[in-house]
Amino acid sequence: MLGEGIAKGLIETARNFLGSYVNKDRLTTVQYPEERLPQAEATRDFPFLVYDGEDWQAGLRCVGCQICEKECPPKCIFIEKSTDKKPDAVGKPQFYPAVFNIDISVCMSCQICVKVCPFDAIKMDTAFELSTYDRFGGLLWDKAKLAKPNQHYHEIHPTEAAEVDGRLADERAKADAKAKAAAEAKASAPPPATPPAAPPANSGVSSTS
Amino acid sequence: MSTSMEATTPAAHHGFADATMIDHESELLQISLGPHHPSTHGVFRMDVVLDGERVVKLKPVFGYLHRNHEKIAESTTYLASIPYTDRLDYMCSLSNNWAYAMSVEKLAGLQVPERAEYIRVIAAELTRLQNHASTIGFLMQEMGASGTPLMYAFREREKILDLFEALTGSRMMCNYMRFGGCRVDLPAGWLDQARKTVAEYPRFLDEFESLLASNEILLARTQGVGVLPPKLAIQGGVTGPILRASGVNYDIRKVDRYGIYERFDFKVPLGEHGDVYDRYMIRMLEMRESLKILDQALQQIAPGPIMDPKAKIRGFRPKAGEAYGRIESPKGELGFYLISDGTPNPYRYRVRPPSLINLTVLEDMCLGSSLADTVVIFGTIDIVLGEVDR
Repeated sequence: MLGEGIAKGLIETARNFLGSYVNKDRLTTVQYPEERLPQAEATRDFPFLVYDGEDWQAGLRCVGCQICEKECPPKCIFIEKSTDKKPDAVGKPQFYPAVFNIDISVCMSCQICVKVCPFDAIKMDTAFELSTYDRFGGLLWDKAKLAKPNQHYHEIHPTEAAEVDGRLADERAKADAKAKAAAEAKASAPPPATPPAAPPANSGVSSTS
Repeated sequence: MSTSMEATTPAAHHGFADATMIDHESELLQISLGPHHPSTHGVFRMDVVLDGERVVKLKPVFGYLHRNHEKIAESTTYLASIPYTDRLDYMCSLSNNWAYAMSVEKLAGLQVPERAEYIRVIAAELTRLQNHASTIGFLMQEMGASGTPLMYAFREREKILDLFEALTGSRMMCNYMRFGGCRVDLPAGWLDQARKTVAEYPRFLDEFESLLASNEILLARTQGVGVLPPKLAIQGGVTGPILRASGVNYDIRKVDRYGIYERFDFKVPLGEHGDVYDRYMIRMLEMRESLKILDQALQQIAPGPIMDPKAKIRGFRPKAGEAYGRIESPKGELGFYLISDGTPNPYRYRVRPPSLINLTVLEDMCLGSSLADTVVIFGTIDIVLGEVDR
């Protein structure tokens, strides 16, 4: 019969429409600014710089090695490496980024900077709704704006942050053990003939970049 | 005196011979469909010459979205091209990732661990589901079914995009696959969520079919419209659902058996007539076959490593050589041809986009049909301009 197929389709539409009053599954829309869906843990949009401890300038993990600047596909990162060294969170002297800018109007949230960072210093944030009235400077973030504490990282990506912390603690323990062994070897060796070759961990990476 | 009168007639003014006017032959009308036309899926222009309502000539014009993808890829490292491949066919970023990762793996001789292969198959088939659902939705939109089928399709697509977000961190620009595996492992509870989505999907397909399949208007608009003969399809290099709708049995998942597709039991649906209706139906049937693959893959997936230990993230330099990796993307054969000269950047990087090559038969399908059908025929090719123009 002509029109049977159309009627069948209309019944389907009616079922969906009326069903949305009784069945929550059929009502899929969310009234956005008032209602918000929870974000997935893996959500990423723009990078931030992780720091340990209280003071963001002292605790910044970034050593200004510029690997992320080179690998960034749209080239939105600008880094100027410092000429002097400052003690980092554990007190080891390290280079630091004198300037670290990310133009987030260019950034495409690809996470490659996170992937290539050997120091776990740059991670992806989940903050959105970043519109600004300032057309140019408002979306060019400097390191003061980019720096966020490690606790923030734990809040937004708990599983990933726990894994990173575990790995960093392991590396530090290994480096400590190595340094300790080197110190003991130095102490036990009778004359100070040759200094034991025990470079601190990570020192090789920044030089090869 | 009479000559001066003739010179002022509109026909003479436009340079037409008087004979054309006397014969009552209709005047050809040239229409520019697009580039800002809602049915063109982006910025695409069709130069159509009409005789009354019939198309006598059609010239696709593209390039409005050219972003220099291939040259950018040649000037950056292999790794930095992955996020750009997301932006080729932005509906199916995970398939694009896979095709590119596969060609680099061939180039560098990397082995993908089994779990990563399973994740890739699951991701690619989920991509196919959401791509076909929204393609059919857009097709219905172009036939005048404003909204309803498209919104139903998008409701299901949303669930799949949620899975992508939980896995990759992004809904459309996934940037997930890496040379030699995948970037991160599946998060906790992801497989259960995926199984639930896959188990619920047939209900949507049934609903979609009862909404559309026997609709008389749909049948009248699609059956016998825009026929693509199999011979022309093969000559034109057409691949994907359009080729199979013409009855040619060619699916790279079966031909190449890349990845681990030989482990799954699935069929390749084929059309008979090669018209718009067949192309619509093929996509419905392919979604059911994808669900079969997903069922099996989600059952068989086992814990294990997800990256080849030989794969390097920093300082990746494949040895000199060339490689071509191709997959059956939801739109057809997507291939990446790479030449390496041993430096961190590819010497040559070439994309074989299915959307562009499927467009070449557009004129042959449209000749003789009406302007309204042209829009529908164009919709069944299922192109994404990001991939056509690159």
